[in-house]
Amino acid sequence: MSGQAIAPAAASEAAPTGGGGGTARRARRSSRRAADRRLGYALVAPAVILLLAITGFPLVYNLWNSFHYVNLSYANVPQHFVGLSNYTRMFTSSSWLASLERTLAFTAVSAVFDTAVALGLALMLHRRFPGRGLLRAAILIPWAVPTVVSAMLWQTMFDPRAGFVDYFLGIVHPSWGSLTWAGASVLRSWVVVFIADAWKNVPFVAIILLAGLQVIPTEVYEAAKIDGATAWQSFRRMTLPLLKPAIMVALVFRTLQAFFVFDVIYIMTGGGPGTSTETLSFLNYQTFITNTDFGYGGAMSIVLIVMALVIAGVYVRVLRPEL
Amino acid sequence: MTGRLRMRVVVRETGFYLGVLVVIAIALFPFYWILRTSLESDGQVAAGVGGKNGLLPSHLTLSSYVNDFTQQHFLTPLVNSIVVALATTFVTIIVATLAGYALARLNIRGAGAILGFVLLAGFFPVLAMIGPLFLLLKDLGMLNSIYPLIVIYLVYTLPISTWLLRNFFAQIPRELEEAALVDGATRLQALVKVVAPVAVPGVFTAAILSFILAWNDFAFAVSFLETPSHFTAPLSIVTFGQSQFQVFYNRIDAAVVIISVPIAALVLILQRRIVSGLTAGSFR
Repeated sequence: MSGQAIAPAAASEAAPTGGGGGTARRARRSSRRAADRRLGYALVAPAVILLLAITGFPLVYNLWNSFHYVNLSYANVPQHFVGLSNYTRMFTSSSWLASLERTLAFTAVSAVFDTAVALGLALMLHRRFPGRGLLRAAILIPWAVPTVVSAMLWQTMFDPRAGFVDYFLGIVHPSWGSLTWAGASVLRSWVVVFIADAWKNVPFVAIILLAGLQVIPTEVYEAAKIDGATAWQSFRRMTLPLLKPAIMVALVFRTLQAFFVFDVIYIMTGGGPGTSTETLSFLNYQTFITNTDFGYGGAMSIVLIVMALVIAGVYVRVLRPEL
Repeated sequence: MTGRLRMRVVVRETGFYLGVLVVIAIALFPFYWILRTSLESDGQVAAGVGGKNGLLPSHLTLSSYVNDFTQQHFLTPLVNSIVVALATTFVTIIVATLAGYALARLNIRGAGAILGFVLLAGFFPVLAMIGPLFLLLKDLGMLNSIYPLIVIYLVYTLPISTWLLRNFFAQIPRELEEAALVDGATRLQALVKVVAPVAVPGVFTAAILSFILAWNDFAFAVSFLETPSHFTAPLSIVTFGQSQFQVFYNRIDAAVVIISVPIAALVLILQRRIVSGLTAGSFR
């Protein structure tokens, strides 16, 4: 602020001497830059402080808790330092290891399948055709509605009495008309969760890829056409390589999102049947909220964060050189 | 030769439009189905799909909507959700507009690092936050209150809004505010009087996205809210089916329709803006 007040004064002082005008202008500009910068820090500060508080506080608190015994269910046992025992308990826990395995499998299948489907959708949306607006609106709605909606909606769909899945399967083959899905078997529960999750999350991945398609210059395709390339050839040789940055962003985004999956699991299966659909996030929820074990839960959270960073890091490492 | 070529074009075009139709059906048919189910009576739901209760039920009723508001008291969670989502959106817009402008225009050192941190915060696992936040809210006596959610939901809304607005401001020609600055306006005056009016579409897009993201939360609500009168709408719906021997999907689906309608309306009216907001400058 003060810099701006000084600057005009300096300029008027320098003006009569004529030759000094350039330095004065430069001085004014640099003092404006300094003032801008100060204002800039003031304007970013709220965003940075808020985000730092919302994410940094849980990070530090989890770290501290993870080395302590903190369990509200046993109020008579005071908090105390326990070293690495929360971590060793986790790495030797069969339920944690099983949920890690499940989460990784779900993540791998979802990331690959969803990104592939999203690429097809993005190519459709990239083309100008009558009805494009309708298609765009149609795929945005599943993305925009709450996860509760996608979960409840597919729960209705897969219900043998209320849903259309069995209704249509029954038309195909009478004995398929009354299949039970969620909770009936491990595989069927995962099918239901996977479909509800993909239905909701594919659209956003498609939008990311659409953004990537839109920045590929049209001359590239024209040149390919002149050279006699078929549609498939120009897709393989031109579109895919140029789309690589967008595909990477889509994969990182979708992988992390699937890795953290919680809402659909909680709503559709509750982790069941038994514990067969419990994911890392679901287990963490149970440890915190059901068991009020904040030491053990803290260790789980820290490991979840570290694994997310590793996943993101691996993507960047593996895909960077080709960009 | 040209005949065969035309054949191929016809086949390809037919295939393309068939594909578009399939996608639209997969996206929208489930919504038709919940609307259809929500308009059935308890008796029809108990009888199951088939016969007179096929694709088009023979008899429709609004009884499950009435039930949601009179028996399940769905209005309170609905109002809670609206309050939290609007408040979060309001805070997001102010904070993200200021930050976005500073990051795009004010030559601050470490702008890249700040943008990186904002992005990283957006990927922070939600379930790794609930433990410490639960303890904090418990100590503050604010568990079971919707108000802390207004701040907590910023972790959903601030990263994407800050990025979006930063990209938006970067695309506005500098000459616009330079002219105002030459005329003796301060930076803040230039931002409020000259840049902000031009930035309205970007701010609007950020507001829509923020509202959608805040409206959609489930994880924080289920972790912190304890009594039905303090629930948000998505959390409330999950409890509808519970404590009954039979699941009345018509009642659940009526509530699902109610919370989907405002979002679907926003998307239908503003789809072009939402897509351009989501894609704007992300790979430039």
